Parts: sequence; C-alpha cells; structure tokens
Amino acid sequence: MTVGMPARTGVDRVADVWGERTPHGRGTVWPARVDVYLDAGISAGAVDRWVPSACVLCSNGCGVDIAVKDGRMVGVRGRGTDVVNHGRLGPKGLYGSTPWASSAERLTRPLIRDGGRLVDADWATAMGRVVSRSKELLAAKGPLSHGFYTSGQLFLEEYYTLAVIGKAGLGTPHMDGNTRLCTATAAAALKESFGADGQPGSYTDVEHCDAIFLFGHNMPETQTVLWARVLDRTRGQDPPRVVCVDPRRTPVAVEAERTGGVHLAARVGTNLALMNGLTRELFAHGWTDQEWVTAHTVGVDELRRIVDPYTPEKTAKICGVDAADLQRAARIFGESDAVVSTVLQGFYQSHQATAAAVAVNNLHLLRGMIGRPGAGILQMNGQPTAQNNRECGADGDLPGFRNWDNQQHVRDLAELWNVDPMTIPHWAPPTNAMEIFGYAQDGSIGLLWISATNPAVSMPESARIRKILAGDQCFVVVQDLFLTETGQLADVVLPAAGWGEKTGTFTNASRTVHLSERAVNPPGQARSDLDIFLMYADAMDFRDKDGAPLIGWRTPEQAFDAWRRATAGRPVDYTGLSYQLLRGPTGIPWPVNQDTPDGTDRLYTEPVFPTDTDHCETYGHDLLTGGAVTEQEHRALAPSGRALLKGCAYTPAHEQPSGEYPLLYTTGRTVYQFHTRTKTRRSRSLNDAAPDAWVEINPDDARAYGISEGDLVRVESPRGAIQVRARVGNVMRGAVFAPFHYGFDPEQLHHEPAEGGLSTQANELTMTIWDPVSKQPYFKTAACRVSKVRGGDGPSTAPTTAASAPASVTAVPPTRGGQPTSSRVIPSPDYPNDPAGTTPPASPADMSGRS
Amino acid sequence: MPHVATYVRLAQHAEQALADSFRTVAEGHPQQADIFHTCRALAAMSDAHVAALEPLTRRYQEQTDAEDLEEPERLHTAGLPAIRQGQVGLLRDLQDLHLLATLVQTTWTVLAQGAQGLRDNELLQVATDSNTETSRQLSWLVTRMKAAAPQALIVAP
Repeated sequence: MTVGMPARTGVDRVADVWGERTPHGRGTVWPARVDVYLDAGISAGAVDRWVPSACVLCSNGCGVDIAVKDGRMVGVRGRGTDVVNHGRLGPKGLYGSTPWASSAERLTRPLIRDGGRLVDADWATAMGRVVSRSKELLAAKGPLSHGFYTSGQLFLEEYYTLAVIGKAGLGTPHMDGNTRLCTATAAAALKESFGADGQPGSYTDVEHCDAIFLFGHNMPETQTVLWARVLDRTRGQDPPRVVCVDPRRTPVAVEAERTGGVHLAARVGTNLALMNGLTRELFAHGWTDQEWVTAHTVGVDELRRIVDPYTPEKTAKICGVDAADLQRAARIFGESDAVVSTVLQGFYQSHQATAAAVAVNNLHLLRGMIGRPGAGILQMNGQPTAQNNRECGADGDLPGFRNWDNQQHVRDLAELWNVDPMTIPHWAPPTNAMEIFGYAQDGSIGLLWISATNPAVSMPESARIRKILAGDQCFVVVQDLFLTETGQLADVVLPAAGWGEKTGTFTNASRTVHLSERAVNPPGQARSDLDIFLMYADAMDFRDKDGAPLIGWRTPEQAFDAWRRATAGRPVDYTGLSYQLLRGPTGIPWPVNQDTPDGTDRLYTEPVFPTDTDHCETYGHDLLTGGAVTEQEHRALAPSGRALLKGCAYTPAHEQPSGEYPLLYTTGRTVYQFHTRTKTRRSRSLNDAAPDAWVEINPDDARAYGISEGDLVRVESPRGAIQVRARVGNVMRGAVFAPFHYGFDPEQLHHEPAEGGLSTQANELTMTIWDPVSKQPYFKTAACRVSKVRGGDGPSTAPTTAASAPASVTAVPPTRGGQPTSSRVIPSPDYPNDPAGTTPPASPADMSGRS
Repeated sequence: MPHVATYVRLAQHAEQALADSFRTVAEGHPQQADIFHTCRALAAMSDAHVAALEPLTRRYQEQTDAEDLEEPERLHTAGLPAIRQGQVGLLRDLQDLHLLATLVQTTWTVLAQGAQGLRDNELLQVATDSNTETSRQLSWLVTRMKAAAPQALIVAP
C-alpha cells in the first residue's frame, strides 16, 4: 500500500465532502484511494496499532483500520483492499469515528432512579432492578409485558442474542429496532417483490450502468462514499445519466442536469403517483421485456390495470412536475441497457412508502433488469447494522428471514433452540416500534428496554414520546454510550461499550459482512451490549427443554457461529463465513456457503426468487391496507420462484396543507451529522460544520412571509412547534425542510431564555402515522405554518456544501474548516467478485477527462 | 326480477352502513393511528361502491313496480352506533366491522349470481369489483384483529 501516487495532505473534507475525483470509464474497476484522518499531533508512524473494522456512521459499510495510540482510538484509515470503499472514507467516517470514545461525557457507571433522580450504582444493583422488575411482570402478566427497542448500531451477535432471549427465553413479540424508522420499508419492499429480504444489487453495479435513478435518496449526504463512486463514473468516460426524484435541489439533482438526466421534484407525499406514471410509460411504449416478464413474474396484468389511469398529464398534475420531464425520465429507464436504482428515506419515510418502493422493483422486473452487472436494485439502509437487525430478528421478524406465518419455519427454530414451538411468538405479526410505544403508553408493556437509540429525539411526535418514557406506567431501561435525551428519562441506565471497544460483525446495505475487532478498552465499568444481554439472560436463568442454558455462548465468535447455524438453508446464508475468513483483506457479501465460498456480489443472477410458498419470508400484503395474504391465497397464486409485480393506487397523504397550516413539512439529514448526533456532535470538525438546527424555505415562500436568510422563525404543526434559524434554500416551493438530528437540549435553552423555551427538534411536528405494510413512520408528510420571530444577526449556520446550500450564495460564507486529512491513490488491489476484474489505476489522461 | 331491485338496495344500504361504521371506528379510536387512517381509507372504498351502484339503483328502481320495492324491514342492517373503549373494545369493534363486511360480501355474491342470470354485465362488473375490494377490507380486519388479540386478551389494562 505504499506504492502509488504521492499522498495529498491537508485535505479539508468538510469543504471537500466527496474528495478528489478519480474518474474512470464504464466497466472498469473503481480506482483505489486511501483516505486517512489522525488526531492533531499524531503521525502515521506514531500509531501503535491499526485494528480492522468497518465504519458505522452510515449504511455504506466502508472498510477501515482504527488507529490506536496509547490505548486510545486516534483516527481511521480506509482499507484500500475492501470491496465496499476501495480505501475511501467520507467526512463522517473520517472525523466522527473516534473522538466520541474519549469524551468526558461517556457513561462509565450504571445509573438508577432514586427519589426522582438518576444516581450512580454498581452493576449488581442496576441489573438487579431490571431483573426483579422483569420477574415481577412475568409472574403477574406474562411475557407480553416486555418490550425491546434496539438500534441499527449494535452488532450481529448482539441482535441474535437478544432475539433468542426475546423469542425463546421470554416469548414476547414486542421487539423492534429504530431500523423501523430507517430501513423497514427496504425490507418490506424486497419481501413483497422477491419473497424475502436481501439486497438484489451490488455497489459494483455503479461501474457498469448507463443510467442511475435515485428515488428519494440524497446519496451525496447520506452515503458520501457511494456518491463519490457515482461521481467517478459521471465525471469519467461514457458516463451514466442520472435521474433524481427529490423535492429539494440536492447535488443529485445538479448531477442529473449535468449528465442530461432529469430532476423530478415531485410534491411531497406523491411518490406513488409518480411511480405509477413512470410504470405506465413503460407499458405504453413497449419498453417491457414481455418474454422475461411472462417467464419470471406474476401479476403483470393487474399491475397494468392499476397504473393505466396515470397518464403523464394526470401524473404531472398530481405531482407538480412537468409531463415532458416525466416522459423523459421514463424514456431513460426504458431505453438504457443497464439501470441502477437506489431508494432511501424520501420514499421510505413518506406516504405510501412500501408501495412506492415496490414500484421501483417493478420497473426493474418489467425490463428484466436484475441480476447482471449494472442492472441492479439497491433498496438502501440508513444505518450500518440495520441489515443485521432485520436478519437476526431483533426487529421482531423471525431469524434467518423465516416466515412467522409458516409453521414449519417456527418448528425449525424451535428445534434449533431446543424449545417448545409455542414459546416462540408467532401467532401474530411482530409488534412494530410504534405499537410498542403505544403499549408502553397504556402500561400494558411494563418494561421497555432501549439499546443504542434515542427515541426521545428520533421518533415522531416528540412530546408524546417524552411523556411515555417519563411516565410511571412503564419501567424504562436505557443502554447507551452517553446519557442521551432518552437516558435522562429512564429508570435504569446501563453504560455500554461502543464501536472499537468490543468485537463483532455487521453487514452493510450491499450484504457485505465485516468483522470489527476490539481496539481499545471501554471506559470505566461500561460493558459490551452482548455482555449486558448475557448478564440479563444469566440472571433470568433461561433454560431450554432439557434444562440446559438457553444461550450456550459467551463470546462474540461463539454467538456468530450460533447465528451461522441459524441461517442454514435460508436466503441469508452465513454458513460459509467465519471470523477467520473475515480477518482477510475485505468484507464478504452473503450468501457464503459451499457453492459460493467467496461470497456473492449480486443476487438473482439466475432469475429464481425465494417466493416458493414453503420458502418465502412472507406471503405478502395488500399494499394499500397492509392486510395479510394467507398461506392458501399464496399457494393459489403459486409464484414458485417467480417475482411478484404488485401495484397500488395513489391516495393523498393523511395531512394536507390547509388555510391554518398552508405549507408541507418534511424532515431529513445533513452530511455532517448522523442520527441524533450522539457521536458526530463530539467531533469538532463535524459539529462546527453544522452546529445548530435550521429550516429551509423556498425563496418565493420566504418573500411571501417576509423571511430573510438567518431570521429566527417559528414552525408549527398541529402537534408542536420549533424555533430555529431560516435558510432560504433549494427546497421546492410550498414545502419546509428541517434536519432531524438536533435534540431538545435543556442546557441550550438555559443559555438563551429569549428563545421562549422552544425545542429545535424536528420531530416535535411530525405525525404518529406509519406505512400499513412496513410500519415505517411517515416523517416526511405533515402540514405546517411558518412565521418570523425576529431578524437574524447573520446567515444561518446551515451547511453550504450540499442540499442545504443557500439559494443565493452572496453573504453566506462557505462551510469549511475540517481538520486535515490525507488521501493517496494506490494501484488497484484484486477485488474478489468484482465483475470489472482488476485494472491499473486511472491514468492521468483519464483523470483529466470530463469534469 | 323484483327481488334483484331489493338486493341492489340492500347492497347499497349495507355498503353505506359499512362505510359509516368504518368512520365511526376511525373517529372513535384516534389514538390508534393506523386504525384511524386505515378505517377512513376503507370507508372511502365502500363509498366508492355505493357510488358505482347508484346508476344501477336508479335503473332497477325504474324497472320495478313501486309496490315490489317495499323492502321488508328485517332485511336492513344497522351499522355501529358507537365505539367501545380500550383494547378489548377495539377488538370487539373490529369484529362488528367484520360481520358487517361479511354481509356486504355475501350480498355482492348474491347480486353477481342474479346479474349473470339476467346477463346484466354492468351489474356483474360492479358486484365483482366491489366483492374483490370487500375481500381486501375483510383481510385487513382479520390481520388487525390477529395483531391486537394477544395484548388485548392477556395484558390490556
């Protein structure tokens, strides 16, 4: 890794979000470039050890080595040999991966609530309280009194252990993760179309496509390294065209215009109408592959009937887009050889989420565009380990993509765990996060255990969530790195070890599994989430049918091996993986088994889908209502390996703008922060780049309301209000955009009493409403009103580098000031499974190509 | 033939009662966000069936002698006048909706049989399409009852 071009040093990756371009032509390997960040004063030579891992600050899953110096994590280096990132890292990964770990604010001791206050305790006392409450509730009400709410941040071994505790130990269906807020629709859409979860495509599809469609996916901010990969194609020879569906003029929209693609700024809440319009165009112009569709799908006639009314004109009217733009986008999809589609929160957290995401799958199926390089679907995830939550069943599903409605699948698990099948909660669909909080609200869940997530900030309708957590009707356990807004409301707080302080595996949005090794010790008495769950299991003394301990493992590696056995014969096949294999140069995408010992780059290279009634993960749902398809109905349909084309009519969103609340309200992300900023706010580079909440408003609306850049504004919905500074920006007219990261910090209010004690938390305004199939809450469709509170003393601190850029660049200083990083292009190593094979790195001639 | 008119009107009454009852349950359980929104969507589905049937109701009314149109009162169905409280109450409300939807569905089945006998393609189409959507309503009701039942029966306050 020492050969190659000289390193660029002093690179400010706050200012230069995606790094320098390494353009290359279609069908060639994405060049490798190793990005490095080290704390000030630490040179590469001074690092004691580099510990292999993968980044956990988005779902991309970039391979990294953690720099350790004197027992502390002091920086990260991209792994040049990793198939996911070819050495690159984004601003969040570079600047945000390590500083939090040595923060003085870390939780180092358990806390218990005494006399209304949280006070220090030892582990025996804190866990004792949890266990006694748990036993008391089990005796009085049974297992349905217990709820678990986890994360997209834990490791596979932890999810699986918790899933076994919940399903075979306690027997409660009330288990979900915050993955419900971020990735549930990805899973639901894949299950509806293909019979089981599992990302069909691969990131290598980017190298081979001639068109890229991003549906509600602001990739430049949510997966910066994947966007760098796209830019290296769009700036190289034979670039793909980009089509962007987003109500904001994001960098994707700019790239769409630059590449001769289309930006469809569909009105918030109308995604499905747009998709129906696009689908109809494929039928109308004969762009479907009829032979393939007949052989490998069911449902085409019904789909054609459903989308038939969505003429370009009608669709344009519903969505507020130009009919010609819609037709041009459809033509690009219809006439390209290889299309990659990516989908994220703009679809997943919006009205008719699952139906809209399924419609993306439909477009690919109608063209037979799946299973070959460049023709891929990427139903993305938001979080680094969300995939494992789904796989292991910590989201309530049964482990291994098993079908809770299939008696044989339940028996298989009961045999694996050596428990009575009746213990395993399978008599009803798993309880989703929103319902879990509903049960906690009325006290029918009396113990709610929250790990590595901050619902007090991230869940919709914050006031309601705070009340549920603070109330006496439910005992709340919070397990985290810091005393979060949620932790402050808990009855018991357990200090957890974080990334780099424990060992385990996790899987990214393209099914690639990484092993993350422990680099340093956790602070004080903090323990790994696995150890905490095992401590609870021991204290509860869960046993199998023969009286042996239910959980037969002690270490992460043993837990992983138990998980491997649970995946045998299922689509999510880990049987060929081991910690030893994962200690190699790169992460490995599942399925990995005897037939595919090196992993699998893309699924469905043979168009046989896991839809057989006895094999599938679900029998499916009515996309409008969520009504479940029965086993008999599924058998009658006999998909038998064919994919399902499913459609749904568009219905207007549940809350429409009105006289009182005339604007649409939509929430989202910024490139410099992750989630509720638990980690990213503790990085100086990231925090300075986006220190405070803001809202974005269109210049026309700003004029109408007399609002200028930087003014303090009040935004209200029927559920709550926030007071933040305004960015006059690039959101579509009639809509207001708010980043969701910024929690309600009592300290801040204390310093600025003039703000009127108002929260800055975007979810104060959002609704308690979720998708009928995926149960994902709708964060992006509410109505609001905006008023000016007082003039600002300068521009807002919203970043200028991406979608939050000001509409007018004058008088807003550019966002910059990240600590120095370095970047070195290296000769491409051999990337297993890469369909482009290995080629030399881009020559200077290529690099000077289109830009 | 006169009884076809009777059943057309019965279908209309029953669908209207189902639509109204879905709305009653929606408004009565607003804290259950999915109940609130889905029941309103399903009410709209029934409204659409009533509207689709409207021209047929007029046609059959015109074709039928006035005295034959007197429907026996006991054929009528009553919707849900009010909701019940709590998780068990919700479960019971969903059961009532299911009963009502079942009546609607069998009414469409009966009408479809009549329409085939009469070779009335328009009525057959409305009856068949509506029947399909009634199945969707029933399917959601069963799904939601199954989800609600364990908690309601075992741990609800």
